[in-house]
Amino acid sequence: MIVLTILYILLAVSIIFNGLGIIGLHRFPDVYTRLHAATKCTTFGTIFMTFTIMVYGGAMYYWYPAQEQYLNMVIHTFVALIAILVTNPTGAHALARAAHRVGVHPEKAVLDHLADKEEKE
Amino acid sequence: MDDFKRFFSTFLLALGTYLILTFAAGVSIVEGTPLWGYEQLVLAFSVALIVASVTSHILCRKDDFRMLNPVRWGIMLVYLIPLFIEMVKANFDVAYRVITGNIRPGIVRIKPGLEKDLSITLLANSITLTPGTLTVDVDEDKKELYIHWIKVRKNPTETISGRFTKWIRRFAE
Amino acid sequence: MIDFSYPLLLAVGIFFIYILISAIRIFLGPTAPDRAVALDTINTMVVASMVGLGAATWETLFIDIAIVYAVLSYITTLFIANYLEGVGSK
Repeated sequence: MIVLTILYILLAVSIIFNGLGIIGLHRFPDVYTRLHAATKCTTFGTIFMTFTIMVYGGAMYYWYPAQEQYLNMVIHTFVALIAILVTNPTGAHALARAAHRVGVHPEKAVLDHLADKEEKE
Repeated sequence: MDDFKRFFSTFLLALGTYLILTFAAGVSIVEGTPLWGYEQLVLAFSVALIVASVTSHILCRKDDFRMLNPVRWGIMLVYLIPLFIEMVKANFDVAYRVITGNIRPGIVRIKPGLEKDLSITLLANSITLTPGTLTVDVDEDKKELYIHWIKVRKNPTETISGRFTKWIRRFAE
Repeated sequence: MIDFSYPLLLAVGIFFIYILISAIRIFLGPTAPDRAVALDTINTMVVASMVGLGAATWETLFIDIAIVYAVLSYITTLFIANYLEGVGSK
């Protein structure tokens, strides 16, 4: 029963933070702040989704040690977690750099060292 | 010697990936344990040998093999704990900004003082996952990072990267 | 023995609604990078849904596909970013 409660909490955290990312995608004014919401919140939410699966599969394997597909699933989900954790911030970094090169500047920016540097060149 | 080291590290990476993905896949050497079968092991070694011999020139192009040291990987695993705490803070921070719309953005330049490519990449990824900051561009000659900061304050280098630099310097420099 | 497949299916349904909402940003987005950001978000959501579906039906194959999808969508994002940089610098 404790396991079920933990699973519900993890799943709720995942859904809430993914939803927060989507809300931020629509509420923030420009592409950089949207990237903030989209990257941080969806990465965090998806990590908690994988945590849910890992706890679920781990508990099932603990109760039925003969069923090896549960352990297999936990390990594959862990690999998916690493893939998400490595690729998502790097993709956001590439998109932000592309946005700045295209000429989208941050709205209401108080200072912009990168634009200063590009002007100098 | 460098050729062999490059081959060996590619081989280890390919073998490790194959063995992790086929762990607990059904057949096992020892009855009742979730290990690999003989066929799996033979296949893993031969596939890793083929992959290493074909693609060994891609990995470790700069002839720098410091990441073969397992201690560095251990510290990297420990580093995930402070990173996770920062991620929790970051998400509540974004939640606050989404609800109130309280932003004062700007792009600032920081000089973290790291030299290697791997450590700068790790620092950039960590900065992207932590509160209010997003890496936009990197100056590869001067080793400087350009950060989009959602609420600009004083002293950017120390505030943004201070707590990560000392961790990353331990295992990736 | 616990059965957690129905909450997981519900979560996947909610993620599907999220995907539809972020697709609105693809149509609205004033600039091209905005659309790329929305696409990146959708890709992450698809990975989360695939992992959830895999656990709900106990099909490890779905999770393998989720790993491959994550890596391929990352490469797609890099290509889009590279293409945008090329367009902007002309």
